[in-house]
Amino acid sequence: MFGAFSTNHLIYLLDGLLWTVILSALAFILGGVAGFFVMLARISRFRWLRRVALVYIQIVQGTPLLIQMFILYFGLGVFGISVPPLAAAGLGMMVYTSSYLGEIWRGAVGSIAKTQFEAAECLGLTRWQALQDVILPQALKIATPPTVGFLVQLVKNTSLASVVGFLELTRAAQVINNSLFQPFLVFGVAAFFYFCVCYPLSAWSRSLERKLNVGRR
Amino acid sequence: MHYQFDFGALLPYWQSFLSGALTTIEITVFSVIIGLGIGIACAIARRSQVAVLRAVVGVYIEAVRNTPFIVQIFFIFFGLSSVGIRMPIIAASVFAMVINVGAYTAEIVRAGMDSIHPSQIEAAQALGLSKFQIYRDIIMLPAIERVYPSLSSQFILMMLATSICSQISAEELTGVANNIQSNTFRSLETYFVVALLYIAITYLMRAAFFGLGLIAFPRRRRLGLGV
Repeated sequence: MFGAFSTNHLIYLLDGLLWTVILSALAFILGGVAGFFVMLARISRFRWLRRVALVYIQIVQGTPLLIQMFILYFGLGVFGISVPPLAAAGLGMMVYTSSYLGEIWRGAVGSIAKTQFEAAECLGLTRWQALQDVILPQALKIATPPTVGFLVQLVKNTSLASVVGFLELTRAAQVINNSLFQPFLVFGVAAFFYFCVCYPLSAWSRSLERKLNVGRR
Repeated sequence: MHYQFDFGALLPYWQSFLSGALTTIEITVFSVIIGLGIGIACAIARRSQVAVLRAVVGVYIEAVRNTPFIVQIFFIFFGLSSVGIRMPIIAASVFAMVINVGAYTAEIVRAGMDSIHPSQIEAAQALGLSKFQIYRDIIMLPAIERVYPSLSSQFILMMLATSICSQISAEELTGVANNIQSNTFRSLETYFVVALLYIAITYLMRAAFFGLGLIAFPRRRRLGLGV
């Protein structure tokens, strides 16, 4: 009655998967850059800057990504900027990513002993030099497992871009399901695709954690 | 270009906003309570001696943790209705949430259980405590106490995730917002109000978990550790 699931549908889903990966990569790169600045603001010497960053993080982490997507999508539209779905979705994901990565990285920097900062200062390094040559190389090691772990969240959350009409894997599955009405099969395949991307990342994050043994330092 | 903000248009809808927020809280409370039970059971099963049980629970946890919630909820809601099982939307939302909370909680609780040193259990055995007593007093309570901060932030994340239930037209906060914005054409204002309400619920939950922690873990309070 509804037609069968064919190779064409599979290709359509794979195309959606490709866009999911593209959006994830975009969000990670843009969100990573923004997140780095969020981290810098969080450890700044200026109290007002730390406050601003904290408020930013609390707003972003205190509201659902879905609502952020809607605000960006309708908000930009209101100002007469017609946004292609990729831009709205990418921007939404960037904001979301920057707040989480900023906080993860601040935690990593914060876990470096304060004496390291002081020693760098004694050696006459500027604050920026100390950060670049002493703190960040050490923090990078600690930050890697949770960052990879966050990537899983990121890939999964790109599925919410479907609500602003961005044709990624979830949207593709919805479109196919609307014509076939075989939800178990269609969403099962979509879930399997997500799993294929996310599970290796989860496993990688776990093995990194074990190798670094961050929990028992 | 010059957009006139008009929050006044939303005033007649304040009751809808409130009922949406209440629904969000209800879904969260139910799914957290049931999900916590399932999560603890799964965490225990994950350390069981029966290999099959370990494997089954492992597959459940990994499958849920590595797929998006929106796909899961579509799978459950549309899937069940395609085989003739029609659930009320709220029940389906809670069901999907419970499955999710269970898997995440299981991983967190398991981490807590792993952090209990084996010598503690050996000492309890030497004192002649029964298996049930050991599980309750020596493993479970201290384990949950240790992971309490991650548990509570996970539950707050799950509360935010209930917004996705609006995609199967559940009348929770986001669902209500979608209706209101299509009635008033004041989409931006509506979502601003809803964002504020979500932040309020987040703070409410943090306060609730803080209070709950004080009551549940008196030892931590006496030691002056944060909860």
